[in-house]
Amino acid sequence: MEGTQVQDIIEKHEQTRGGLIAILEGIQNRYGYLSEDSLRTVAEKTGRSLVDIYAVATFYKAFSLKPRGKHLISACLGTACHVRGGPAIAEEIQRQLGVEAGETTPDGEFTFETAACLGACALGPIVVVDGHYYSKVGTVNVKNILKEALLGPDEDDIKRDERIFRVEVNCPQCNHSLMDVGHLIDGEPSVRLTASFHNKHTPFRFSSLYGSGMVESEEEVPVDTIINFFCPHCHAELVGASNCADCGALMVPLIVRSGGMIQICSRRGCKNHMLDLDGENL
Amino acid sequence: MIKLKINGVEVSVEKGSTILEAAQFLGFPIPTLCHMEGLTPYGACRLCVVEIGEEPRSKLVTSCTYLAEEGLQVRTASRRVIRARKMILELHLASCPQSKTIQDLASAHGVTQQRFKQEYENCILCGRCVRMCEEQMVAKAIGFRGRGENRSIGTPFDEKSDTCRLCGGCMYVCPVCELRCTYTEPEKAVCGGCGNHSAVCLEKPEFNDMMCYMDPCVACEIKQPKDIKDIKDIKED
Repeated sequence: MEGTQVQDIIEKHEQTRGGLIAILEGIQNRYGYLSEDSLRTVAEKTGRSLVDIYAVATFYKAFSLKPRGKHLISACLGTACHVRGGPAIAEEIQRQLGVEAGETTPDGEFTFETAACLGACALGPIVVVDGHYYSKVGTVNVKNILKEALLGPDEDDIKRDERIFRVEVNCPQCNHSLMDVGHLIDGEPSVRLTASFHNKHTPFRFSSLYGSGMVESEEEVPVDTIINFFCPHCHAELVGASNCADCGALMVPLIVRSGGMIQICSRRGCKNHMLDLDGENL
Repeated sequence: MIKLKINGVEVSVEKGSTILEAAQFLGFPIPTLCHMEGLTPYGACRLCVVEIGEEPRSKLVTSCTYLAEEGLQVRTASRRVIRARKMILELHLASCPQSKTIQDLASAHGVTQQRFKQEYENCILCGRCVRMCEEQMVAKAIGFRGRGENRSIGTPFDEKSDTCRLCGGCMYVCPVCELRCTYTEPEKAVCGGCGNHSAVCLEKPEFNDMMCYMDPCVACEIKQPKDIKDIKDIKED
């Protein structure tokens, strides 16, 4: 599946000799790791042998052959950071996440890595979270850093990360736009629906960035509640035909303006969602 | 034709020849491990070091990769070269003490001690098999993976390669896996033919069939049961 989707990256860099690293970087940026399938596709399309590509992919630490968590945390253990207490920071991060360096947390949120130098020695100890540099980190700051990472990306990240993109959605019943330009989440217009739970109705907004998972509602919706969603324009209930693969609640379908469907799980706190650009599964 | 001097003897070789080829033409022995005729020079094992230039600005280079230059002064067996060569051999021996090829080379060069921790690796990363696979067999089934201490040779993803034809060329050219010394099983040991006849092992009943060149020999060094277990693990692998 992924194999066909890396083709555009390969074509973009194919003209330049030695474009292999650029191709691998592109794939890594999009998927967060280099899958076996994608490496085989690169070998096939560029005419290089898989051995050579595998050698490059395993040589550089920037490439990962295993799926990484949503958030990548690197703690610097270079000389300068080391003498300023880097190992204690790394240990604290490991303790709080419950993983060793190079591992991903079971929930897939964090991947923790140590780095030999992150190039900001005067500001050590350095911790980098998803491209954000935290300087002069103490063990007391670790908790906040991890919390901030969970809060989601800011504008710069959105522009840089190919995995995050904006979707504009319409109601599947009346085809009216559900975008709320007046209320921004993640710096982008939010998607507005009416949520109904326990005989209460409240405007419910979520981020239009695919994969962000940020939600806001005027009335607090307790976690694990199954919400009934209504279109704020035609007031029709949005009910899907399929159940969430993770928790079994009904999936809510929305029409993506550029084509296809997106389905989100109706259980509060369940982050399962799927994008179906062809609409084949519906 | 290029004229150069090796150990004071003048020789003229064709343009593009390496110092190693020139020295072999003259009959000066230079030990090699990663070099093999028919494969591109790689310069990985560093065993073929020679000294070039005039003192005190002379330097050590690998003769298998250094092209002959007009008027070059080469010494293949100076004190500095021999010291460097012995050190390199000792390091190779520490990483693969079971290799008969390396043991014999060490023996021939008078390496009689083992000062480094034995690693019992199965590979010195000389890249002979990689080049064999690519250049002679045109298969490119195996290659280097990772870097630093994690560097290894093998197929991508450790899966059976589509391009491998099971020719066995990689094993044939490997200086470590041919004639593996099996010194923990004296009845199978091949190292009876090594150069050392001081035979320190002969006094020890469990190794009385063995004659090792090293003093103390590798077999006798293994005293802890844990070490012996480690070796067994490696063999089972």
